[in-house]
Amino acid sequence: MPEITLASSTQAANAWAQRWRMLRYVVAENPLSLVAFLLFAAFVMLAAIGPWLAPFDPLASNVGTPLTPPSSAHWFGTDALGRDILSRVMVAARLDLGIAVAAVGLSCILGGLAGACAGYFGGWTDRIVGRISDTIMAFPLFVLAMGIVAALGNTVANIVLATAIINLPFYIRVARAESTVLRNAAFVEAARLAGNSEARLLFHHIIPNILPPITVQISLNMGWAILNAAGLSFIGLGVRPPQAEWGIMVAEGAQYIVSGEWWIALFPGAVLMLAVFCFNLLGDSLRDLVDPRRRT
Amino acid sequence: MLATILKRLLGAVPNLIGVVIVTFLLTRALPGDPAAFFAGPAGTAEAVEQIRVKLGLDKPLFEQFFLYVRDLAHGDWGNSLATGQPVLTELTTRLPASLELTLVGLVVAVVVAIPLGILAATRPGSWIDHLCRAVATAGVSLPTFFTGLLLAYVFYFLLGWAPSPLGRLDPYLTSPPHVTGFYLIDSLLARDLEVFVSAAKQLLLPALTLALFVLAPLARMTRAAMLGVLSADYIRTARAAGLSGSTVLFTYAFRNALLPVMTTLGMVFSFLLGSNVLVEKVFAWPGIGSFAIEALVASDYAPVQGFVLTMALLYVFLNLAIDIAYGIVDPRMRLHA
Amino acid sequence: MSALLSVENLSIEFRTRGGTVRAIENVSLQLETGESLGLVGESGSGKSVLSFAILGIQDAAARITQGTMRFAGQDMLARRGEAMKTLRGRELAMIFQNPRVALNPIRQAGHQIEDVLRRHTDLKGAALRARAIECLAEVRIPDPERRFAAYPFELSGGMCQRVMIAIALACRPRLLIADEPTTGLDATTQAAIMRLIRDLGREKGMATLLITHDLGLAREFCERLAVMHAGHIVEQGPTETLFRASAHPYTEQLVRATPVGQDRLENLAAIPGNLPDLRRVDLPHCRFAERCQRGDAACASPLPRHALTTAHLVACHRPRLEAAA
Repeated sequence: MPEITLASSTQAANAWAQRWRMLRYVVAENPLSLVAFLLFAAFVMLAAIGPWLAPFDPLASNVGTPLTPPSSAHWFGTDALGRDILSRVMVAARLDLGIAVAAVGLSCILGGLAGACAGYFGGWTDRIVGRISDTIMAFPLFVLAMGIVAALGNTVANIVLATAIINLPFYIRVARAESTVLRNAAFVEAARLAGNSEARLLFHHIIPNILPPITVQISLNMGWAILNAAGLSFIGLGVRPPQAEWGIMVAEGAQYIVSGEWWIALFPGAVLMLAVFCFNLLGDSLRDLVDPRRRT
Repeated sequence: MLATILKRLLGAVPNLIGVVIVTFLLTRALPGDPAAFFAGPAGTAEAVEQIRVKLGLDKPLFEQFFLYVRDLAHGDWGNSLATGQPVLTELTTRLPASLELTLVGLVVAVVVAIPLGILAATRPGSWIDHLCRAVATAGVSLPTFFTGLLLAYVFYFLLGWAPSPLGRLDPYLTSPPHVTGFYLIDSLLARDLEVFVSAAKQLLLPALTLALFVLAPLARMTRAAMLGVLSADYIRTARAAGLSGSTVLFTYAFRNALLPVMTTLGMVFSFLLGSNVLVEKVFAWPGIGSFAIEALVASDYAPVQGFVLTMALLYVFLNLAIDIAYGIVDPRMRLHA
Repeated sequence: MSALLSVENLSIEFRTRGGTVRAIENVSLQLETGESLGLVGESGSGKSVLSFAILGIQDAAARITQGTMRFAGQDMLARRGEAMKTLRGRELAMIFQNPRVALNPIRQAGHQIEDVLRRHTDLKGAALRARAIECLAEVRIPDPERRFAAYPFELSGGMCQRVMIAIALACRPRLLIADEPTTGLDATTQAAIMRLIRDLGREKGMATLLITHDLGLAREFCERLAVMHAGHIVEQGPTETLFRASAHPYTEQLVRATPVGQDRLENLAAIPGNLPDLRRVDLPHCRFAERCQRGDAACASPLPRHALTTAHLVACHRPRLEAAA
């Protein structure tokens, strides 16, 4: 037994060394992934300390003359109520990313567990989980999210829940596929023969091994989750004014854009786009790292 | 062939049942008293009671479900509070507007994405390959409501090329006589070129916005599928037999690459119908999406639920159509039918 | 007399991220009308690269750095694009390994034959179809009218290989390149396919270039052999001469590794070492030197080419000369 552990730990070290080489290769091959990583760091920082960095109170009206274009005092200009758009955009990062992180977190835990069980136990578990997943996928996902928020009530918590639900099938699918393969893997078989309980097998042998693909799925989904949450608040769900949130800020700026006051919608929209773009790029790089075969 | 189609039709039934169950649960999940919600904020106690009995809320859940299905089947989808009209009527009058927008957006996306993906795959490492990859990553990052606004700002406000982003038709024109509900087709049937041009102009920006968003997954998938297929053994066989470049590319490579592209079409339609709602709001497009948003903001639930159900049914049928088309393109599927 | 196919001093490189792969170096070989030549060697020795280059369907990353190729007196490297495509499939044809995946999975077998005929002949409509069915019958496919409409997944591996042979032979080429044609087929089918290729070759006076790693198969089927190792042709000559009196140490080991008749498994000699990494900058002149037991200091100098007889050539500093007598 000790030899085996030794072998697997050196193997793991090799695997990490290989990943590191691959990481450098990915960065060299696609310098954009480095840009994405820096952007990601910036967004995380903004979400963490944005409220302290913001030059003005994001909710205070008339910190500047209403509807002034970008200037040295107000880099992103001011909105119809004279609020500073830069401050609002910075403060909104926490809410937007928070909703997405909470939704994706919830989704990957529930979906990952359900998928792992479905793949591992098969039979009825698999059929029920599969049916739930198929039923969610039978809706256009954004429309389902609208329906859920409408039914459960127009709150931020329900936006998180709705976004989590429409993301479930992706995690179920990934976890199920992996655990179906792992169920019959030699090392799982060996652990089973050694007298480990099914639950222990599931949590100690199956789930740790489905984490890498789940991680990739998380990074691929994050951008989409941000887009969905912002889309829901754009149509007036969840976040209520005067709270600062990118989607709702774009909605507030929408009526002014046709009269030429472009900055109200542009800056929150552009930052939203940048955030989604950054997560999508990171997702792609991470996928290349974990599974080079699936590069597209 | 007929057996394939029948089998696919049967395959859609569980999804259809699932959709109806979920929409039913959504109507019953309303916080507090659903009857009070359906009666609206102005509903009197009597009205609430009336609705409670009408919805069968006093009966067990199982029975309620059958009543719900019966009402759906009879076309009783509830009434809109704002207009007082039956929801089904409201939805059917608005549906063509949404469909016209969605279809035009899809066609534009397909017409751009597929050649782009093919060109990128046949010239790996070239500028067009890089363009395709950039489009694929940037495209899915676009918040549709934001791109829509941006396009409206640039093409309407700055350049003045596009008409004002409000509705399907210039407000001074009257809509063409209703035949299909698609203004582009109806105006041509009525030989009214002015209306046709106006409708096309109004359609341009919203359709483009939609297309920009769905273009990305389509181009990405086409490129990946073509790359996979072009390195397949049978392409080498075809080249070794001296077949012309276009035969190899289209008859051998593209038709095979179409299969994985078709399987992702389902996801593309999901994106398309979802972003359709946002685009309708941005361009004040009188479709079912903006109808649902208005109702949502006014806490008018029957139209929202009707909308969710309509979209889900539409999506189930679109997926069914993809499935059937797949069975026709891929002979291997016919055998398994 | 000019040969049907003549390759002189051909070198092919691949530029890759890891360096330049010198996949084929100074390769020369001739093939006469109606002759069958076996190109043998381990996987990765460059057999397929060479055959793709002959057909002009090499990988985009491949670069022909020197040498000439002539087919029926015409310079093939000078023929580019369309001109080469009309030659390919009509005069030169090729069949591949794993026939099940080498045919278009969503096109009827008959239509795939028709595609070739339409490209290279003026046949149309019913005549085209009739000729395609005839092609299927020629490769001894029973019930060709019905099989015309079959998709590859409806056919067995052997049937797929017959369809591929039918595609290759549809325009009666003068040279057929068969790249491991029996890989992926079961043993009885293998024999039937090889017999078919030989019989059709004889009937139509077609030259055959058989590419294989199976020396036994090559011995049964080919009049002459060329042995490839790491992108070099190390030895070529009449099949029986190579088996009786191989001069190159690599051929010698290959022959010893080939089970013949009653040979017991433990008598089979494995060839020590691996093919060298062809990206290496310090690749020795003799690419077999590092696996060779006979080598000495002289082996570091540029490779000689000895003609032991007019037909028997060897590229080695220390060939086993006594055997050539």
